[in-house]
Amino acid sequence: MDILDSSTEESIARVVARLKDKPGALLPVLHAIQDTLGFVPAAAVPIIADGLNLSRADVHGVISFYHYFRETRPGRHTIHLCRAEACQSMNARGLEAHAKHRLGIDFHETTTNGAFSFEPVYCLGNCACSPAMMIDGELYGRVTPDRFDDIVSQWKDR
Amino acid sequence: MATTVFVPRDAAALSLGAEDVARAIAAEAASRRLDVRIVRNGTRGMCWLEPLVEVQMAAGRTAYGPVTTADVRALFDADFLHGGAHALLLGPVEAIPYFGRQERLAFARVGITDPVNIDDYLAHDGYKGLTRALGMTPAAIVQEVTESGLRGRGGAAFPTGIKWKTVLDAPADQKYVTCNADEGDSGTFADRMLMEGDPFVLIEGMTIAAIAVGATEGYIYLRVEYPHAHRALTEAIDVAYQRGYLGADILGSGHRFDIEVRLGAGAYICGEETSMLESLEGKRGEVRPRPPLPAIKGLFGRPTIVNNVMSLGCVPIIMDKGAALFRDYGVGKSRGTLAIQLAGNIKRGGLIEKAFGLTIRELLYDFGGGSASGRPIRAVQVGGPLGAFMPESQFDTPLDYEAFTSVGALVGHGGIVVFDDTVDMAQMARYAMEFCAIESCGKCT
Ligand SMILES: Cc1cc2nc3c(=O)[nH]c(=O)nc-3n(C[C@H](O)[C@H](O)[C@H](O)COP(=O)(O)O)c2cc1C
Ligand code: SF4
Ligand code: FES
Repeated sequence: MDILDSSTEESIARVVARLKDKPGALLPVLHAIQDTLGFVPAAAVPIIADGLNLSRADVHGVISFYHYFRETRPGRHTIHLCRAEACQSMNARGLEAHAKHRLGIDFHETTTNGAFSFEPVYCLGNCACSPAMMIDGELYGRVTPDRFDDIVSQWKDR
Repeated sequence: MATTVFVPRDAAALSLGAEDVARAIAAEAASRRLDVRIVRNGTRGMCWLEPLVEVQMAAGRTAYGPVTTADVRALFDADFLHGGAHALLLGPVEAIPYFGRQERLAFARVGITDPVNIDDYLAHDGYKGLTRALGMTPAAIVQEVTESGLRGRGGAAFPTGIKWKTVLDAPADQKYVTCNADEGDSGTFADRMLMEGDPFVLIEGMTIAAIAVGATEGYIYLRVEYPHAHRALTEAIDVAYQRGYLGADILGSGHRFDIEVRLGAGAYICGEETSMLESLEGKRGEVRPRPPLPAIKGLFGRPTIVNNVMSLGCVPIIMDKGAALFRDYGVGKSRGTLAIQLAGNIKRGGLIEKAFGLTIRELLYDFGGGSASGRPIRAVQVGGPLGAFMPESQFDTPLDYEAFTSVGALVGHGGIVVFDDTVDMAQMARYAMEFCAIESCGKCT
């Protein structure tokens, strides 16, 4: 389990205190933590459980149910590549193979230089401009392998 | 006087460089000392022309597209601010057949207005539906929606008015209106385009629903993959509160209604309504047994409307113009218009709002112009992973819930994913199995 420094622990506690009275607060709390830290560290679970009056198992069960929540620190940027049908009809499979080769990693991994984490996604709502991908919330359409390389090189040093 | 230039803020346009184009136009105008006002509109839905730039002229809007930053200087040289000739000149937007042939009801304002400007919304018939609803009894509002023939656009096609009546008739200290904005099917983006291009229409639709059934709290369950829609909704909700269209006393009527956006977290099953309710309650998105219906025991055990974005987006125009206007579009038991989405391997992909009844073939060839690859179209997937792959022999099926059911297909959310003859159907079947395994909620497997 990650050991959290005291300022991280405090920031988690602040998020919990701010949101705990919302009805069904757990997802908003998890989102706020992941927005701040980039992931939901295991050490956050007891703080959340205490604040929301839930068991640790409940909190962990929710974190593990949702693909979007991650329990490990991501790279500086996260690439979400669409694998769904409309993108497949426009060579998303070829793009996926190219991207894995180019980044040197598989899905759910982070490049050794810490620049990119790489995640699959099932539709980004950009299916008329397939294939699509998203980097840190910025959407790209008609991503050819060449365009992938261009885009990634723009993000590399950001 | 400043010339108004429209550059979409829609995610599809941004994904093809609209942000840089907007910046380049502003910079070029500044360096030429030209007075240009840039409005970030929604998309017209013609994705193959994005970024589509429009210039406001005395007679209407003239379009250019698809525009890249490299074209911007030449556009100024060609005097595009006065409709000058250029290779990218498309003419008046309404004269583009793909757009001109549509029947836009829910999407009436999308691409035309500034999505987060409430005065623009009001100037284009916004909040007329709510104003009329505020003068009616709850039962009369529900009756109007029932008479319109509106059926749920989220996939199950259940009559919206009947669902509302169940919630209206369920006694409770607290009721909810929830909007299903999880839009998980590949090939669908109508919800996204509506939320980004006219968020107020969804807010108005939810507010009318709340007044009709006596609900005071609303949630929009938005998939986390839609950050642009999140921003547009958040901005619009803030403005609606400031202007008294949400909050403790809506337009001085004494009605309270609050809306909050809640983000999903990448689980396809949370688009199923009971799973969505579990997720809104902060739990794992496991499907609930039914009965009870969400309309009787929904969010936190209270009577709850669950409606898709497009269903709610149709409500303001029904209330404004009356049930008959809506019902007069369509065929058979499929009334009104459908927001059809042409996706995948298609030359002219995008959004087409049109009365039910068009055939798939008309959509693929008259609107879509055939495949993007130029190869023959082998099959289309309609209705997402729960729908069906339809072969060429079924392309004359009209878009109509019952006609689709009779050939073993589903209209679903109206997304049509196109595949050319290089598609490997066995591979698609394997993908479908893999997707089910990844996305199963674990309740019954
Ligand atoms: C697996 C599954 C996924 C679904 N996904 C969605 C979705 O993403 N959006 C949606 O509006 N409805 C979805 N539905 C349909 C909802 O359960 C529900 O019927 C709908 O939200 C009701 O709203 P409507 O009557 O306005 O269509 C899904 C259903 C199933 C079984
Ligand atoms: S286990 Fe699969 S089939 Fe069963 S309810 Fe969950 S998602 Fe649906
Ligand atoms: S299928 Fe890839 S964006 Fe929709």
